[in-house]
Amino acid sequence: MQFRTMTAQQQQERFEAIIEAEGKVEPKDWMPEAYRKTLIRQISQHAHSEVVGMLPEGRWITRAPSLRRKVALLAKIQDEGGHGLYLYSAAETLGVSREDMVSDLLTGKAKYSSIFNYPTITWADIGAVGWLVDGAAIVNQIMLQKASFGPYSRAMIRICKEESFHQRQGYEIILKLAQGTPEQKELAQDALNRWWWPSLMMFGPNDDASPNSAQSMAWKIKRISNDDLRQKFIDQTVPQANFLGLTIPDPDLKWNEERKAYDFGEIDWEEFFNVVKGNGPCNKERLRDRQEAHANGEWVREAASAYAAKKAERKEAA
Amino acid sequence: MSRKDWPLWEVFIRSRSGLHHKHAGSLHAPDAEMAISNARDVYTRRNEGVSIWVVESRHIHATTPGEKEELFDPAEDKAYRHPTFYDIPDEVGHM
Repeated sequence: MQFRTMTAQQQQERFEAIIEAEGKVEPKDWMPEAYRKTLIRQISQHAHSEVVGMLPEGRWITRAPSLRRKVALLAKIQDEGGHGLYLYSAAETLGVSREDMVSDLLTGKAKYSSIFNYPTITWADIGAVGWLVDGAAIVNQIMLQKASFGPYSRAMIRICKEESFHQRQGYEIILKLAQGTPEQKELAQDALNRWWWPSLMMFGPNDDASPNSAQSMAWKIKRISNDDLRQKFIDQTVPQANFLGLTIPDPDLKWNEERKAYDFGEIDWEEFFNVVKGNGPCNKERLRDRQEAHANGEWVREAASAYAAKKAERKEAA
Repeated sequence: MSRKDWPLWEVFIRSRSGLHHKHAGSLHAPDAEMAISNARDVYTRRNEGVSIWVVESRHIHATTPGEKEELFDPAEDKAYRHPTFYDIPDEVGHM
């Protein structure tokens, strides 16, 4: 077999042609180093977010108000673990090791979505997380299904398919509370008050303050800008809040007939960057919980390794 | 064997009888038994499969993108391998 060796110029052109033609770049294809690095950072952060995202909800498994709610919450959290694994695998195809990614998370070197640094203090928060946080994540992830890197795109397709139940179960929780006693409705409103703005921040800084976005969009990793995604989320969520009879905590929120979209108030970016920097309400707790979970799982990993080694020895001896 | 040494496995799932096993994704596990057990939890939480294959990734041999032209271009100009290449009068009916 004769291998055709391409010049650097030809490789670059081939890569650009794939992107241009809406094709997919696969792991063994040549890609610019910066594209690879951007993807490793983004996909691993995404994986970390799934894994850390299990923590605020895990807190409520033992306190779910019914068996129905409990099995749903367990299934949702198990999905998030699974989603983390799909994404770690996708990142590994780019040449980074699982071990290094996990270690970056545990040492605090890697980032994860800031939304998970907020506490879930009432049961209504579990509803708000499903409805708003997963709702916002889905808006972002639907776009990422079309990302130019094959393994990332495929992981996103799988994740989106599984995720829609997450949002529905959250909305159902809030709906029941909103239709319940005045105290229950108050719980639902309180959760909306606390989760609304952080959910809007999930889409990241405004377009003019997001310097890496342009390159990501040129590479077709990202297909829609932060502000456009945020607008999409707001426009789809406001009618859902209205149906619940709850009030979105933004006095500037109002329908703009000309734009056919909702105008909304200023986001507190100081809060956002403060949480990103590690000063959110739960940053330390989340990291500590992940470290503990990893340390507590060490004996399981050891036992599985020892068992596999013993079986392999027996097989050899037989 | 530390966690670091757990090999990567490729997971293939048959979604129902009569269909091929299809690549679903990959995972790390210390041995085949654990790989199957993990594959069940990671890739078949919603009745996606009736059968699972796992194979250590290092056992898979693959073509490289550089070979693409040599391997696959020759098939491009062989339209006569497809049924639509042949002219059959409509009166003959479906063939």
